[in-house]
Amino acid sequence: MCGIVGLFLKDESLSPRLGTMLSDMLITMTDRGPDSAGIAVYGAETGEGFKVTVQAEDPETAFDGLADHLSGSTGQPCNLIAKSTHAVISTAIGNAETLITHLRECHTGLRIMSTGEAMEIYKEIGLPRDVSTRFNVADMGGTHGIGHTRMATESAVTTMGAHPFSTGADQCLVHNGSLSNHNSLRRKLQRAGVHIETENDSEVAAAYLTYRMQQGRNLGQALEDSLDDLDGFFTFVVGTKNGFGVLRDPIACKPAVMAETDAYVAFGSEYRALVSLPGIDTARVWEPEPANVYFWER
Amino acid sequence: MPTIDLSQDDLRTLNQQLQNAARAAADSQANETDWRVENPRGSHAVAVGLDGPIAVTVGGSTGYYCAGMNKEASITVEGSAGPGVAENMMSGTVVIEGDASQYAGATGRGGLLVVKGNAASRCGISMKGIDIVVHGSIGHMSAFMAQSGTLVVCGDAGDALGDSLYEAQLFVRGSVKSLGADCVQKEMRPEHLERLSDLLKRAGADARPEEFRRYGSARQLYTFNIDNASSY
Repeated sequence: MCGIVGLFLKDESLSPRLGTMLSDMLITMTDRGPDSAGIAVYGAETGEGFKVTVQAEDPETAFDGLADHLSGSTGQPCNLIAKSTHAVISTAIGNAETLITHLRECHTGLRIMSTGEAMEIYKEIGLPRDVSTRFNVADMGGTHGIGHTRMATESAVTTMGAHPFSTGADQCLVHNGSLSNHNSLRRKLQRAGVHIETENDSEVAAAYLTYRMQQGRNLGQALEDSLDDLDGFFTFVVGTKNGFGVLRDPIACKPAVMAETDAYVAFGSEYRALVSLPGIDTARVWEPEPANVYFWER
Repeated sequence: MPTIDLSQDDLRTLNQQLQNAARAAADSQANETDWRVENPRGSHAVAVGLDGPIAVTVGGSTGYYCAGMNKEASITVEGSAGPGVAENMMSGTVVIEGDASQYAGATGRGGLLVVKGNAASRCGISMKGIDIVVHGSIGHMSAFMAQSGTLVVCGDAGDALGDSLYEAQLFVRGSVKSLGADCVQKEMRPEHLERLSDLLKRAGADARPEEFRRYGSARQLYTFNIDNASSY
């Protein structure tokens, strides 16, 4: 099954409430996915410059003195803000590549959840309410965000198998469905040099979009391409630094409801996820068409 | 009019009360035959399994499987309905003032389902006698393997309309994106216009029967025997 929620704000005055709204939407989708939950939030003011969100099994030990160590190793100041098992490490944009390479090579106990100037990803196994509380999602502000509640099918219930998946800076994807050609596509992408962490089918979809965008396609075009190259069933919600997109496969078994007002665009696997949003009674509410790319950008 | 507020009462209480009232009405012992449900907020399985002539108005939008297995009751949803509304309806009337999600009226055996907005994919899939009138348009794979009953669409139909159709009759006023396997356009005869006129009237649809085209099975995919026509 799985549940998806997404919120893209058009009215900046709602920004301080992004996390509260998204968290409520996420918890409503608990019975679609009680195994794990995750959220990608854009524009939260956690650190400045370039942000790398990392996860550790033993955060107290792993994060202790880490900022000083990274500042020393990369030669530029690194700050760290810990949130439960996750930490957002921020540094100057020019130091991003050095930091990421150093983390990958010298801190193999840390798992990189996301990188980028705007995006942070928090995800863990457990009920959506517990995950949301653990990371204090309700207090996060921002411009847009995407959440997912997972009922596992294609790979194990682990932190790394939770959604959202990120395979490029400020890019994320959540998926409801199941892909059938992910193994062959993963091999092709890996041969092309794309970094893929897990055996999960949804991560391959994320990596595919990243790959197409590296080849010069914009997100909307990359989503169009995926209709030809991905086999299986899916509803995707994707985020970029400034954008928010939705795509359903041509058969469109997986549910999707969207709502739009002057203040926001919202996505829910079910209408239930949207009922508490401001102005929902007068919002334009519709079911996205199959094989039709929906994309908003600011 | 008794009102059940889903922000106060749970779903089981709601359905138990409605089912009890419907059963009493079926035995001609009902005190209350007109019910209202408030704050559905997309809840699943609202007003399901009713088995008697009561009227239920739902003041908002519903989630999965609203009005499933309905028999004799008249149910009106003032908002939109999620997937599988009026699934396997036996008789009675279900009216959706807004849109209906996928597989509206699936496997329905009788009664009338009216969708005043649009219906998504697979509307009337495997219908077995239900009449469905959609004021707006319908999505792809509608009336797939439809066995009997009538699907009327005042707007457009999506891809693969009536794929693997048996003996259901389909009427579309607007365009049909594509016809499914074994579904063909057929002649509109006086009895069809009469049937259509009656359904449009009962569904409150402002459309003239002459504006519709009729589609049905070419009968190449299944073993149709004219001698058994009355049993289809």
